[in-house]
Parts: sequence; C-alpha cells; structure tokens
Amino acid sequence: MQWGSVAEFLAMGGYGLYVWPSFGVAALCMGGEVIAVWRRHAAASESHDES
Amino acid sequence: MSQPSLSEALRGVVRRDLLLAMRHRSDVAMSVFFVVIVASLFPLGVGPEPAVLRTIASGVLWVTALLACLLSLGRLFTADYLDGVLEQTLLIPQPLAVLVVGKVFSHWVISGLPVVLLSPLLGLQFGLSGESLGVLTLSLLLGTPTLSMIGAIGAALTLGLRGSGLLVALLVLPLFIPVLIFGAGAVSSSLAGIGSEANLSLLGACFLLSLAFAPWATAVALRIALE
Amino acid sequence: MSTTGINWFKYSSPQAIYPLAGRMIPWFAAVAVGVIAIGLYIGFFVAPTDATQGDAYRIIFVHVPAAWMSMFLYVIMAIWAGIGLGLNARPSFMMAQAIAPTGAMFTFLALFTGSMWGKPTWGAWWVWDARLTSELILLFQYIGIILLRSSIDDLRRADRASAVLALVGVINVPIIYFSVKWWNTLHQGASVTITAAPTMAGSMVTAMLIMMVGFWMYSFAVTLARMRCVIVERERQPSWGKPASIPDVVEAR
Repeated sequence: MQWGSVAEFLAMGGYGLYVWPSFGVAALCMGGEVIAVWRRHAAASESHDES
Repeated sequence: MSQPSLSEALRGVVRRDLLLAMRHRSDVAMSVFFVVIVASLFPLGVGPEPAVLRTIASGVLWVTALLACLLSLGRLFTADYLDGVLEQTLLIPQPLAVLVVGKVFSHWVISGLPVVLLSPLLGLQFGLSGESLGVLTLSLLLGTPTLSMIGAIGAALTLGLRGSGLLVALLVLPLFIPVLIFGAGAVSSSLAGIGSEANLSLLGACFLLSLAFAPWATAVALRIALE
Repeated sequence: MSTTGINWFKYSSPQAIYPLAGRMIPWFAAVAVGVIAIGLYIGFFVAPTDATQGDAYRIIFVHVPAAWMSMFLYVIMAIWAGIGLGLNARPSFMMAQAIAPTGAMFTFLALFTGSMWGKPTWGAWWVWDARLTSELILLFQYIGIILLRSSIDDLRRADRASAVLALVGVINVPIIYFSVKWWNTLHQGASVTITAAPTMAGSMVTAMLIMMVGFWMYSFAVTLARMRCVIVERERQPSWGKPASIPDVVEAR
C-alpha cells in the first residue's frame, strides 16, 4: 500500500484534479447509460401493455 | 429495340444531366458566386497581412470547395427522385453503379469544375503565386471529383428525408477529411518548398479508391431509398 | 417479406433473442461490476506510481479501455450491419442499432479522459494528434449513424441506410488515421509526439487489461439490454406485423 492517508489518496500525488474527474465522468456516463436503457425498457414495455 | 451499350447509357445520363443544368444556369452561377463570397470573407475577418493570408489560403480555399460541393449535393438526385425519373433509372438493365458515375461526373462538371477554374483567381486574392497557384488548381482538380463521389453516398442515403440538407452535411463532412488534409497539404507543402508530389499522389489514390467504392455504395443506398 | 427464409437458425428470431438476452444480462452485469472493482483495486492500490508521469498515469485505466472499446464496438457494429445487409437479417440490424449509443459513449469517454490526461502530461487539453483526431472523427461518425437512423421513419430503410453508412465509415477511419499522421509530420512544430510510457510495471498492464475485460462485459450487458428495448419498441410498430407480443410469449413459457 503506497497511500499513507485518505487525503494522500485523494490528492493522487498532486494530479487528483485530473484523475478523479476522469473516473467520475466515466462512472457517470456508464451509470447514466444503464439508467437510460432501464427507463427506455420500462417505457417501451409499459406503453406496450397499454395498447 | 436494341439495348443500349454501357457507354451509350453512360453518355445518355451525362448528356441529359448537363442539358438540364444548362437550362438552370443560375444554379451553377450560384455555387460559383458562393465560393467567391465565402473566400472573400476570410481576409476581411482575419486581416489583410499577406503572410497570414498565404498560410491560411490552402485551408480556406479547400474548405470553401468542400462547402460548395456540399451545398450542391441536394441537386444530385432530388429532382430525379421527385419526378420519378430515378425509379425509372433503377430499372435500366445497365449496372446502376455505372449510371451513378455518370450522374456524379455531370454533378462535378456543374459544381466542381467551376471552382477548379476559378481557384487561380481566388489564390491570387490570398497572395499565392507561381507554383503554389498551379498546385492549388491541380489539387482541386484531383480532389473535387472525390468530394462529389463521396458526397453522392450521403445524398443517396438522405434522399427525400426531412432536413436532409443539414443531415447530409453531418454525414459527409467527416468523410471529406482525408481529401481536405491531402489537398490543403499539397498547397502548403509547395509553399514550404518541400514538393507537393506526395500529397498529390495521395489525392490521386483517394480518387481511385472512391471511384472503386463510392458508386457501388451509392447504388446500394439508392436502391434502399427507393424500395 | 424476404426474411421468411431465415428460420433455420433458431436464435435468429427476435422472439428467441429477447428471453435469451434477458437471462444473459444479469450474468454479464455481475461479472462487469466484479471485474471493474478488481481492476480499480489493482489500479489504485497495487500498481505503483509511475516514475515520469506520477499518479496522473492512472487515467489510462479508464482511458485506454474506453478508447479500445470505442473502436472495437464500431467494427462489431459494422460487422453486424454487413451481416444484416448481406443476409437481410433483421436481428443483425437491431444489434447494430443497440451497439451505436454505447460506442458513442465510450468514444466521448476516451476523448474526455484523454484531454484530462493530456493537460498534466503534455500541457494542453487538446493536440491534433492522429489518434485524438481519429477518435474525434469516430465520434462524428457514431453521431451521424444515430442521427441518420432517427431521421428515417421507415424501419427497413433506417436499418439498411445506417448499415451502409457504418460500412463506409469502416473504410474511412484508417484513412483518416494515416492522413492525420502524415499531416502531422508536415506540421512538425505544432504537434506533440505521443508515445506510450516505455516501461510499464506488470501490475499496471494487469490493471489495464482487467479494466478492459470489465468494459467488455459492461458493453455486452448494456447492448443486450438495449437490444431488448429495440425488440419491444419495434414490436409496437405496425410494419413489424407480429401477432403475439413478446412479453406475452415469455409469460406463456
């Protein structure tokens, strides 16, 4: 383990400002896509049942 | 009635399209005028320093040629599509891809060739001289047919769709990029004195590649559009 | 009308794919979550700090897999499109349709993380390097394919037209890559040559490959899920013309 503390881990050797947004946006995009597909499926099945 | 040979059919398509274009001469004049105006706007925006103009000349004139080709793509198949001629064309026993080459050729004569002929004049506006002017004209002569070839695919794919003018731009512009790079590259490398042969040969290669694939893809796209 | 002859392959009908995909999605999703968690653990806690790039290099654990996925997915989408055109198979077109948004998402991700990596390592958010530029054009092509599909109302034409565009794009991307590379050697002064870190510790490579596997699994899960959406949505279209609804068929089993 190379990180002495949580703060050190978050700082990423001074590059935290670049590393964390990258992973954050990746998580947002992938999570958002999952939710979008989920909703799309729900909407499609629902309107299908109505008809 | 005997069947027309391949070259007769090809000549027929070209003759018909050119004849129709001659009856709508203002269309041709418009695309030429468009190029002149757009190219004249850049010096007004960037400033009149000859050194700056000379460096941006190749890019500006090539992008202008791209846009002119794009604007005229709507005319390539739309009129024939609306009056039903295109459906008749699909029934001609000759391979559709060859007829597409004919249509693209006449489209180039109408929209590309005037730009090529005009380019030395526009180059002068941007302070190009001597060899670079020649290279500019030659690169456009090699590149604009490729643009028409690639553009035909986009025109066929978006045939008859709502908002097809904007859509065809979005589809086709990314495909134009290699031609833009080699075409503008030929001029700037001749300005830099390192010879433009490599870029011009690559432009030629792009042309041959598009000649091999694009008419075939356009023919497939036309059949899809008219199904 | 012409797809009637393709019943010899049992799983090629949407009715068969829908429940099959439904059974596969949880597995792929679970494996994706597990593998990505392991990859992140190795990437952040096992892999050492890079000697030259510091900890900024850790961005590659998401950047490189995203960039690879963006290209793989494009090729896979084009293959499905080609199969669809060649065999006139409706499910192949649906698969191509289901892949496109995920591919566009990974392309965007590769560009975003690339610029996040570029700022500390080359000092610029964006350089006109061959790889970056091709990736940008790839994003344009994904968007073009999605837009073309959404602006055609007739499903059959939408399927086939976007398939042609996908195939044309497959020829275009390598040409763009090499043309920009060539262009860059001409404009030497303005460009930055980007090479991968010469020596990567074993754990760095391991983390990257594990993340790659995780992204593959994620892509399988999410494209299959979107495939199910597409199947249900198309069923509502009158042109699809199937009497029994798929959820009904699934219930009946």
